[in-house]
Amino acid sequence: MATEATDAASGAAESSVGMPQLDFSTFPNQVFWLVVTLVVIYLVLSRVALPRIAEVLAARQGAITSDIATAEELKQKAANAEEAYESALAEARAEAGRITAAAKAEMQAEVDAAIERADAEIASKAAESEARIDEIRKGAAEAVRDVARSAASDVVAAFGVKVEGAAIDAAVAAQMKG
Amino acid sequence: MATETHGEEGGLAFHPMDQFIVKPLFGDGPVGIVTITNVTFWMALAVLCVVALLVLGTRGRALVPTRTQSIAELAYGFVYRMVEDVVGKDGLRYFPYIMTLFMFIVFSNFLGLLPLSFTTTSHIAVTAVMAIVVFVTVTVIGFVKNGAGFFGLFWIQAAPLVLRPILAIIEVISYFVRPVSHSIRLAGNMMAGHAVIKVFATFAAIVAISPLSVLAITAIYALETLVSFIQAYVFAILTCVYLRDALHPQH
Repeated sequence: MATEATDAASGAAESSVGMPQLDFSTFPNQVFWLVVTLVVIYLVLSRVALPRIAEVLAARQGAITSDIATAEELKQKAANAEEAYESALAEARAEAGRITAAAKAEMQAEVDAAIERADAEIASKAAESEARIDEIRKGAAEAVRDVARSAASDVVAAFGVKVEGAAIDAAVAAQMKG
Repeated sequence: MATETHGEEGGLAFHPMDQFIVKPLFGDGPVGIVTITNVTFWMALAVLCVVALLVLGTRGRALVPTRTQSIAELAYGFVYRMVEDVVGKDGLRYFPYIMTLFMFIVFSNFLGLLPLSFTTTSHIAVTAVMAIVVFVTVTVIGFVKNGAGFFGLFWIQAAPLVLRPILAIIEVISYFVRPVSHSIRLAGNMMAGHAVIKVFATFAAIVAISPLSVLAITAIYALETLVSFIQAYVFAILTCVYLRDALHPQH
């Protein structure tokens, strides 16, 4: 420790003062160069650097403001376009609905007409068939009567009994009614 | 070096203050007023750094700033907002002046952190000149702007009438102490940190404690980096506070 102290002391002795900060002989030099330095920095800052930076910052602020305005405008445009699209879509949907309904109605009418036509045809055909069936049925009854009459007269004749045609007719008619 | 003597302190040479010696850059003569000294060299370097950052860094005037331009704009905005917030709108006239002080101190402090460099702001002569200039300027501005009303700074209206003379004396004393504290704060901080680093660096010559010493240097270096900026900030903001007092002495 003692050597340390002497070392420090000798170090101080080398520099002739304990604190170089308090070596007044260097003060004029420091003050002179400090003043030069500060004046140079002040001139550079106030003449060149600060106006330039202020200008850049203002330009940036302006650009940002105008960009925000442009963005706002574009956003509005996009919103308008979307609105137009939406309305066009709705219109198209309504149109499609209308067309579908019209087509449906038309087809329904066509189908109805076809059904009606078919019904009429069926009815006429049915009536015709019925008439024929009636005719056939009538024909058949007549034939049965004829057959019955001839069969009856034949059977009666085979028994050797002479019966008048009118009696046979009446008997057959009575049987057929019964 | 001392390693041969196995930790004996006898070989250690403590010269923590040698780094602050002002000496001529060329030759070995006496230090005259315009002699080119290490002070000149490091101040010139500070000027070059300021020019490089604020002039060369912004020469592109880019809308989307480059890195250097960003830093320059950051520094500008930092000091500008400080002046605006502390002094007010009417203080912006003095913005270039405060910016000059701030940039000079911040670069001198940081340059002083380079190994083997010379810290101009560790000299009381340098900081005292800046503080005295601030003091004189602020006082002159105060009287020019407010006339005799500037004495209102010392005559506190809010206090009871009996106390006002006593407070006035205290205020006057504190007003005149301002340049002293203003300058010694900066010089003291810079000198102390550098001297401590030097002391620890000397201890690094002893093998047994050199790891600890290197760690301590690292830690103090980090602290000094912080202090370098903070002291520049403190110097600038105190200048702003004094300027506000001069422009608006009615508290």
